[in-house]
Amino acid sequence: MSDQAPVLEMCHITKRFPGIVANDDVGFDLREGEVHALLGENGAGKSTLMNILYGLYHPDEGEIAIKGRNVRLGSPNAAIEAGVGMVHQHFMLIPVMTVTENIVLAEEPTREGVLLDMDEAERRVQEISDRYGLAVDPKARIQDITVGQQQRVEILKALYRDADVLVLDEPTAVLTPQEASELFKVVRSLTERGKSIVFISHKLNEVLEIADRITVLRRGKLVETLPRAGATEGGLARLMVGRDVLLRVAKTDAQPTGPLLEVEDVHISDDRGIEQVRGVSFIVRSGEIVAIAGIDGNGQTELIDGMTGLRAIEAGSVRVEGKDVTRQSVLEHIEAGLGHIPEDRQRRGLVLEYSIAENIALHDYRSPPASRLGWLFPRRLVQRARGLIRDFDVRGGGPTTRAGGLSGGNQQKVVLAREIERDPKVLIAAQPTRGLDVGAIEFVHRRLIEERDEGRAILLISLELEEVLSLADRILVMYEGALVGEFPPTATEEELGVAMTGGKRSEVAA
Amino acid sequence: MSEASGLPPVQPLPAAPEPAPDRGGSFLERLALAQRAGGLVAPLLTVLIAFVMGGLVVFVTTGKNPLRTYQAIFEGSGLNWLFPWVSGEARVLAGFNLQQTLIATTTLALVGLAVAFAFRCGLFNIGGQGQYMSGAVLAVWLGSSFEGMHPFVHVVVALAVGTSAGALVGGIAGFLKATVGAHEVITTIMLNYIVLWVGVFMFGLGGPLQNDLQESVPISNDVVEGAKLPVWWGDALLQGLHVGFFIALAALVVYWIILNRTTLGYGVKAVGFNPEAARYGGINVSRNYFLAMAISGGFAGLAGAVDILGWQFRLSTGDIQTSQIGFVGIAVALLGRNTAVGTGLAALLFGALVTGTSTRNLDPEIFQPELAFNLTLLIQGLVVLFVGIDMVILYLITRARRQRPAT
Repeated sequence: MSDQAPVLEMCHITKRFPGIVANDDVGFDLREGEVHALLGENGAGKSTLMNILYGLYHPDEGEIAIKGRNVRLGSPNAAIEAGVGMVHQHFMLIPVMTVTENIVLAEEPTREGVLLDMDEAERRVQEISDRYGLAVDPKARIQDITVGQQQRVEILKALYRDADVLVLDEPTAVLTPQEASELFKVVRSLTERGKSIVFISHKLNEVLEIADRITVLRRGKLVETLPRAGATEGGLARLMVGRDVLLRVAKTDAQPTGPLLEVEDVHISDDRGIEQVRGVSFIVRSGEIVAIAGIDGNGQTELIDGMTGLRAIEAGSVRVEGKDVTRQSVLEHIEAGLGHIPEDRQRRGLVLEYSIAENIALHDYRSPPASRLGWLFPRRLVQRARGLIRDFDVRGGGPTTRAGGLSGGNQQKVVLAREIERDPKVLIAAQPTRGLDVGAIEFVHRRLIEERDEGRAILLISLELEEVLSLADRILVMYEGALVGEFPPTATEEELGVAMTGGKRSEVAA
Repeated sequence: MSEASGLPPVQPLPAAPEPAPDRGGSFLERLALAQRAGGLVAPLLTVLIAFVMGGLVVFVTTGKNPLRTYQAIFEGSGLNWLFPWVSGEARVLAGFNLQQTLIATTTLALVGLAVAFAFRCGLFNIGGQGQYMSGAVLAVWLGSSFEGMHPFVHVVVALAVGTSAGALVGGIAGFLKATVGAHEVITTIMLNYIVLWVGVFMFGLGGPLQNDLQESVPISNDVVEGAKLPVWWGDALLQGLHVGFFIALAALVVYWIILNRTTLGYGVKAVGFNPEAARYGGINVSRNYFLAMAISGGFAGLAGAVDILGWQFRLSTGDIQTSQIGFVGIAVALLGRNTAVGTGLAALLFGALVTGTSTRNLDPEIFQPELAFNLTLLIQGLVVLFVGIDMVILYLITRARRQRPAT
């Protein structure tokens, strides 16, 4: 680290959108060779600030200086030219092409102006990869390498274009714990060689591990820029949310009783007919939270769909409170007492064009009191929604507000309200806090524990180990369509991480 | 550095917290989505632009004054009857013209609903024509048979059977969609042809339903007096306005009620907005596809029956082959944005245009009616075309909304 002029300086940045100030006089600077974390809840203005830096937005007020020179970043190309590289959360890679082909895309080195010079390109990619310890094979196809490696290809892409400032947008969201620690090594090696990094995250522990300085935004305003030394998770959370937050929800030991959800040797295939769930068995008892941990794409989605009647189960059985629902319709699953908080609330959990009241009635609009003999009573839907909006603290609208107009956290509260209000015996919560901010996560977690204590059987399917560890009473690890281990909630992230990548197989207690 | 430098040239903003339901999908799907979104500005603008363009064409090609032309069309449609200062003979004429406009409006509203209802379920019903014709065929058969049946019963039976015929034809497309996933656009187009040629066969020379009097004329028997819809405004002999107008109004109300006050409508709309969420909610998506198409077909079948019993009274093979009314229904629904009120108003607009440009009603001094009818078609076409403009406007609105901060 050095004390010279910052490599990047953003001063008094203000960006207004109709009805809202997304960035209000925000200042941000980045010194050469440092990792500066940008922390904030959803809607705090992190993305807006970075999109300004990347030339996607123009600030209404304020200035940007790179290496001491004032710049106007009119487009992403201008930003790249100025030495800013961005690694998005969702990779922009072409799976069938090689690492090198992806990296040089649109900038292909040529011989005599027309012929592709892939050898030269590969050599350069290899050289950059070696210099920063990225360990990427330039000739490998994207589809054959791991997500962690793909991310490093994205980093390479920026380095290939001589980026000095790298913006990593929620880089660990898609990684396993092991991959994340490898990424941190890469980040350190980059900074040692003079690159500067903006690290966007909402995971406090990571920020504390990797950042030199931390800037916290809240509601578009700069709250504080502080050095890592002395910062604590609790302190950062308070800065982000503006009040004290329970990071790990308090809970008593589970008092499980009889089994409510029994899954026995189920086999389920995906749309292409490939078996994704290969003989999974487990039970969830009344009054406990069982979590299924695993890396995305190991059959969790198919398992959820199978258990809820959305996808055919080829073999095996699912019983809810003793009743076999294996080949029943979705409606019969619901009526048997199964609640389901779906993975994707916008695509599946809500009809975004419907009002909150209408969405709350999604499962039971066919029967009284919502309707009688096919006749709907909109006023009753509104009344019922009004109560639930109060109980679940849904903000941003009333019963007749379009669900699509709510923020993610409030949308999830609507889903939660609907599923819990039906008093289900079994509640399947699939990634219930995905994309939510700290405050909303706390709410959802607290509510799930409360429902457990009410005697429901709760099955949590999550990609977030922290969530799994803080909520679950028992943890099952899913890998390649099978359950490969059961762990107590005292297990470490490392133990789970190993099992999630198929490293160690322990006995499955079903 | 080039646009596609590997880093995304135009990075779409993260969806949260203002969700932009990005379902991708074909143009048709996006069109359907936008069309279900409602709103008033876009359709008004659409009409305005269509009229301006139409006016330009009038001016450039004929040198006539577009405003005078539109005024003449307006008067030809009889809508000036609504002005209290129009009196005497002009008022009588206006009244007569307005009756014709409202007869056309009646049909257009019903065929418009046939397209609109399917749209609300996310389906594109291009089969309005076939469904309409099946209703007409059965209505003319029933209406011209059973002479001496109690008039009220006769009318009700003929309307009911006509409606059912349309529902059946629409239902076939819905059934195929629900069971084997056959695309409704394809199946409804095919069904149009099936109905068309069955109709031609029925009333053609030697056909089973050809009239009993003139062997050389491929036309049906006339509807008997008792089966005709009573005329409530104007002279029955001068094709006054029949009670079918109220049937269309009632259908608009029924449409609104089904969509907004019944569990059926809740399910249909849920499937239309988001089939995946509907399925998750326990709604039987296939069943709703079937029902929506059947109900859509019912509206069109009713339109056919009302036309036959209201003013047409007979059906020739020529009528069957030249009729385009079901397709105009698409324009009506698109312009009306699939709402009850919108469909009603769009039907009135097109009804007025059709009547106002007819040879009988347009003053040839001002504009050749033969040309003017083409103007109607032109405006119709432009409206459908400018639904695309609609999309642009909607896109801009959504984009402005989305430009609020994310994460």
